[in-house]
Amino acid sequence: MTAYKTPQTLDLEALAIKENLNLPEGLANLKAKERAAIPQQEMPSQEAMARACNMEEVALGYTDNQVIVEASRCLECKNAPCVKGCPVSIDIPGFVGAAAKGNFDEALEIIKDSSMLPAICGRVCPQEKQCMETCTLGKMKKDPMQSVAIGRIERYLADRGSSKESKVDKALPTGKKVAIVGSGPSGLTTAADLARLGHDVTIFEAFHKAGGVTVYGIPEFRLPKSIVQQEVDNLEAMGVKFVYDYLIGRTRTIEQLMNEDGFDSVYVANGAGLPKFMNIEGENLVGVFSANEFLTRANLMKAYDRGNAATPIYQSKKVAVFGGGNVAMDAARTALRMGAEEVHIVYRRTEAEMPARVEEVHHAQEEGIIFDLLTNPTKIIGDENGRVTAIECLKYQLGEPDESGRRRPEAIEGSEFTMEIDTCITALGNSSNPLVTGTTPELNITKWGNIIVNEDGMTSMPGVFAGGDIVQGAATVILAMGDGRTAAKGIHDYLTK
Amino acid sequence: MNKIVRKKQLSSDVFLMEIDAPHIAKSRKAGQFVILMLDDDYGERIPLTIADGDAEKGTITIIFQAVGGTTLQLSTLEEGGSISHVLGPLGTPTHIKKQDAPVICVGGGIGVAPLHPIIQANKEAGNKVITIMGARTEDLLIMEEEVRALSDEVIICTDDGSRGRKALVTEPLKEFCEAEEKPAEVVAIGPPIMMKFCAATTEPYKVPTVVSLNTIMVDGTGMCGGCRVTVGDETKFVCVDGPEFDGHLVDWNSMMSRMSSYKEHEADHRCRMSEKAKELSTQGA
Ligand SMILES: Cc1cc2nc3c(=O)[nH]c(=O)nc-3n(C[C@H](O)[C@H](O)[C@H](O)COP(=O)(O)OP(=O)(O)OC[C@H]3O[C@@H](n4cnc5c(N)ncnc54)[C@H](O)[C@@H]3O)c2cc1C
Ligand SMILES: Cc1cc2nc3c(=O)[nH]c(=O)nc-3n(C[C@H](O)[C@H](O)[C@H](O)COP(=O)(O)OP(=O)(O)OC[C@H]3O[C@@H](n4cnc5c(N)ncnc54)[C@H](O)[C@@H]3O)c2cc1C
Ligand code: SF4
Ligand code: SF4
Ligand code: FES
Repeated sequence: MTAYKTPQTLDLEALAIKENLNLPEGLANLKAKERAAIPQQEMPSQEAMARACNMEEVALGYTDNQVIVEASRCLECKNAPCVKGCPVSIDIPGFVGAAAKGNFDEALEIIKDSSMLPAICGRVCPQEKQCMETCTLGKMKKDPMQSVAIGRIERYLADRGSSKESKVDKALPTGKKVAIVGSGPSGLTTAADLARLGHDVTIFEAFHKAGGVTVYGIPEFRLPKSIVQQEVDNLEAMGVKFVYDYLIGRTRTIEQLMNEDGFDSVYVANGAGLPKFMNIEGENLVGVFSANEFLTRANLMKAYDRGNAATPIYQSKKVAVFGGGNVAMDAARTALRMGAEEVHIVYRRTEAEMPARVEEVHHAQEEGIIFDLLTNPTKIIGDENGRVTAIECLKYQLGEPDESGRRRPEAIEGSEFTMEIDTCITALGNSSNPLVTGTTPELNITKWGNIIVNEDGMTSMPGVFAGGDIVQGAATVILAMGDGRTAAKGIHDYLTK
Repeated sequence: MNKIVRKKQLSSDVFLMEIDAPHIAKSRKAGQFVILMLDDDYGERIPLTIADGDAEKGTITIIFQAVGGTTLQLSTLEEGGSISHVLGPLGTPTHIKKQDAPVICVGGGIGVAPLHPIIQANKEAGNKVITIMGARTEDLLIMEEEVRALSDEVIICTDDGSRGRKALVTEPLKEFCEAEEKPAEVVAIGPPIMMKFCAATTEPYKVPTVVSLNTIMVDGTGMCGGCRVTVGDETKFVCVDGPEFDGHLVDWNSMMSRMSSYKEHEADHRCRMSEKAKELSTQGA
């Protein structure tokens, strides 16, 4: 791991490059080879030991100089393969080119043509599997992590612009009422698009706060809640109504919204909130939590603020987190910040197969999270009070590749060992919560409980649309947002045809 | 924001509140509960059963015992004040059907409150209802009048004999199980230890026994899994699959240890909240 550099150092380094290449004026004269030779700008961040003790954001964002230098690395490829990697097809060379010239407002406008939530996506998109995976520069360097740091530039532009009033032209009221179920990224996006088109939009949210997983799951140190709140405030300013503490399927059903409450259309974006467990012995012992519970207590219920919050969180010394995705990294790093002395990630495959964003894995490693790879828990052991004291694990090795090309992990016989811990957090992903679909039999669903929609986002119930995790299965913020846009178009067509 | 339209103290630490919640009042059914929260930022979400409701007036009634931080704070709120958040109705409604033999409803302490709508629904279904009410001592008996008005027979037990029979509720329960006309069903709601022993009492007689579990909850929508219990060989989420389960299948020891997950925190929090409550009440005086 490279030595820690302060934001000031990184800014000075960028300034030196900028002056040396006479950026931005000299950009036009730079040949592709010269651009490619510019080193990728490192994200300024809090130092690992310091941040492990606070909840503040880890990545601090590029400086002005860094953005110009990083954006100058873009080769402005004619066919722009990066755009194909972005689920909402942002004009990446367009906005990166504008940023390289220092035209930050223009750059943000280009992004906003395609994306509603750049401050969020710039932070949490798995870029190395999306826009950065297909970027020519990364291909040249044979490492997608070395591509143009598209998300970091996006984040910079969004943060810079968010303090400014964004002017939206709202169409004349259409007199049509749309209900949105859930205020996660998908619901918020649909609401914005529909409000702009003049529809009367109400978001029904089960929780007492809006934002979905971005407020109850993804921790503050990765995505400050104020950023999500800003989006919610913008929507309120646009006239979108938020109704909290309202559980569709219990307080009212979709049918009632349509038939009794006068809504002309409904968008179902209730996410995937149903935690998976492993079904191993001891899973209901005290000290075993789903990542959803642990993170909700810590984030939404603010248990990290022990002095003020009424919601308790388990006092852990040694924690084992099961899983290798973003949820696992978030749970592990939160446990560390809540005061655990030792936190393990227990994962059945190797680091290469981990579905988490590469940056989060690195951050977790820097903070001292211990990775027990090729290891799988088989049993949780408790004491006479029903509290967790240890887990039993089995070692694995990678076998032959399966049909998907991934090497299948195989248990090594007789490799059982026990690890003393007092807390287990299962981060094995989410499946679809049946509350809405269970009370709306007209909705066609897959055998996994996901709602089936057509290309416009419409379900089997006329006027009822769906998108985000409830359709995709637990996926990503950007996909949820993309679905929201598709559905907004579909709903608009449906209401105005 | 949900307005408190009526407040009444039922015993030294048990309170009744009627709150404005039109949508919940309209859709609620026996056996369902709400989750409420008192402070937007730092509050905790706590589940309370809907003890009664008036769809026309748009209100629901909760009855709670001030046992810890949040319930203590709630008890300091007055008529005209409001509760920041009330979510519901949650949980699967009680399954009520016409029975040929009597239904025995057993309520321990505050458990009589959640039992009330179930007694009501059983009467509406045309069932004969015998209610056994138990408490440590006379002062802790609540809702006796309401229960008497609905039940065909009421038996009161206190641990110290200050009222009714000096016995645990399991004593009369056992007698009913042994009687000629075996009860069709027993519904027992109260402290976990009471429910556990009620279930143990009826099991040899194979009398179906429904219990209502009060596990720790966060969201109440099936998202966190914090409320899970072992029932038979399966893991169930109390907030969506319950709160009512077959008492003979519940793993009581596991459930009770799970309920003590945060006892250190709660003790500390209770101290701070009761100070705050004192402060508030002296300010109000
Ligand atoms: C811990 C964690 C970390 C993640 N990290 C990343 C990441 O780094 N990058 C990334 O791209 N993605 C990440 N994801 C995934 C991403 O957050 C989701 O794909 C995305 O939030 C889905 O958006 P959505 O709008 O479909 O649903 P959600 O965000 O789940 O929002 C659904 C909303 O609906 C509400 N709701 C549910 N049921 C009802 C009902 N019946 N009535 C009313 N309201 C209801 C919920 O309370 C919630 O607010 C992560 C997920 C988790 C859990
Ligand atoms: C479905 C359901 C219905 C309920 N109905 C009622 C009711 O009608 N009236 C009533 O007085 N109580 C009811 N309860 C219990 C009530 O939720 C708790 O008393 C309350 O949460 C305690 O919170 P506190 O902050 O005041 O006390 P705390 O200091 O948090 O705890 C005090 C005691 O309550 C237990 N407790 C803590 N949190 C919870 C929780 N979320 N759920 C259950 N127990 C908890 C603790 O184990 C402890 O013994 C119900 C619980 C459930 C799950
Ligand atoms: S939205 Fe995500 S995938 Fe698209 S350009 Fe931005 S960071 Fe890349
Ligand atoms: S592929 Fe990479 S280098 Fe080419 S235009 Fe896109 S961001 Fe620039
Ligand atoms: S309270 Fe969260 S799943 Fe039941």
